[in-house]
Amino acid sequence: MIRARHWLAPLAVIAVLIGAWELAARWDWISGALNIEDFLVPAPSDVAESLWRDRSLLAEDAWVTAREVLLGFLLALAVGLLFAIVLHLSETLRRAFYPLLVASQTIPPVAIAPILVVWFGFGIGPKLFLVALVCFFPITVNTLDGLRSVDPQLITMMRTLGAGRAQILGRVELPSALPFIFSGARIAIAVAVIGAVFAEWAGADSGLGHQILIASSQLLTARMFAAIVLLSAMAIVLFALVTIIERRVVTWDNRGVTKA
Amino acid sequence: MLTRLREGTPDAAGGGRSDSADPELERIIGAAVRVTELGHAFGELRAIESIDLEAEAGEVLGIVGPSGCGKTTLLELVAGLRNPDRGAISVDCRADPDERLSRCAYMPQRDLLLPWLSALDNAALALRIGGIAREAARRRAGAHFERLGLGGFEGARPEELSGGMRQRVAFLRTLMAGRPVLLLDEPFASLDAITRAEMQSWLAALLGPDPHTALLVTHDVEEALYLSDRVLVLGPRPATVVDRIEIESPRAADRAAAVTSPGFAALKERALRSLSGAPR
Repeated sequence: MIRARHWLAPLAVIAVLIGAWELAARWDWISGALNIEDFLVPAPSDVAESLWRDRSLLAEDAWVTAREVLLGFLLALAVGLLFAIVLHLSETLRRAFYPLLVASQTIPPVAIAPILVVWFGFGIGPKLFLVALVCFFPITVNTLDGLRSVDPQLITMMRTLGAGRAQILGRVELPSALPFIFSGARIAIAVAVIGAVFAEWAGADSGLGHQILIASSQLLTARMFAAIVLLSAMAIVLFALVTIIERRVVTWDNRGVTKA
Repeated sequence: MLTRLREGTPDAAGGGRSDSADPELERIIGAAVRVTELGHAFGELRAIESIDLEAEAGEVLGIVGPSGCGKTTLLELVAGLRNPDRGAISVDCRADPDERLSRCAYMPQRDLLLPWLSALDNAALALRIGGIAREAARRRAGAHFERLGLGGFEGARPEELSGGMRQRVAFLRTLMAGRPVLLLDEPFASLDAITRAEMQSWLAALLGPDPHTALLVTHDVEEALYLSDRVLVLGPRPATVVDRIEIESPRAADRAAAVTSPGFAALKERALRSLSGAPR
């Protein structure tokens, strides 16, 4: 029951929005008043029809993009965790590299994507790099914050029990940083999809981003929107997946181990 | 104390097996702690002016003082977690901070149990840190659960335990470190008065028959007088020793009778007057 109520509000909002859009696009007097051309703004039912008609084409592209998103995200997760741990262990390195870490977030993916294609070609390389780039910052910063937020008394307790630096990291700091790491991962997985689209725009022969580009040049707006719908759905599913994994892994109340 | 703990514990597997014996812990009989002319400051803030104290092996030394008088700092200095500005500290005749740290088990006021570990895994933490395999560590820590009134709660997460039980798990974790000196920093201060009294009786029952060196820091005069062989009274910051009280029969079995006896009341009055700086 609680579950049904949980889903009711977001579903109602989506239904109302789609309904309003459908009406605006279908009823001539509204689309006329708003000056909407139907080849520019397809009705949701047109988008749905395109989703069905072009399903094999879109599924193929969705798989390509999903692979880029997942692999790029995992790459960022591995590199980001490692980087955060290194920065956490060394005060000097943290001071030296923190500005660079922030700078990595200011690189506009749109600007760097074409250069990456020049460097690495049309394969999956530049896509992984770009997805990893946009994922790297939230994962690394959150992990670093998590590692640094551990109650210093816990560290003292571990030292008196004979724990060295590696033991403190493995037995206290990393577990208590897990909720932070998952927060970073959730932000990262949502922006990863955007990163993949930018990368595909810069040069690709498949993928949903590439499909949007092709469809828009042919004025196949319904197919364009169908690809966008799939991209959003992909982001929502991946976001939910990370949340589900987090609930499975972080089964404790973390307030006891972090600084007030 | 630890040998007592083991003897009083039914073997988990039953049938008179003796492999749950803890040879590692047999050697623990306590070690002397000596502090001379200790002084420490945090920048301009003088925490400890000059303190001399001695705890013989197997002796419980109570240290009472007003809040913020540097009691925790004193324990951290003894444990080798901080370096003092002045004075000398030795534990088991060792002065080197790392050597001292390896001989002291420090138990803070907060239980600091790790919320992602079960009670059993929290208790076994020191053994795991010492490189003992998970199953062996669990067996050794688990052997003490019944005796500490924790039987049946091995798999419980800390958030499922009461305050007193959490404190007992933390105490077991401290004991399992197998160190000769216990540094108890207001171990029961976070508990309610009734649970605190229970825990004091419980600790007295553990310490009584098999002595263990312990520095017990507290702001509860009654707790110090009941549990200690000797009590040092510290003045307000910067800390100095203003009184030393010898206890004739510490850790009596009947706590309620002990702490309400006329002799105890007289000692309590003396300690309270020393604390407030009034002449005796």
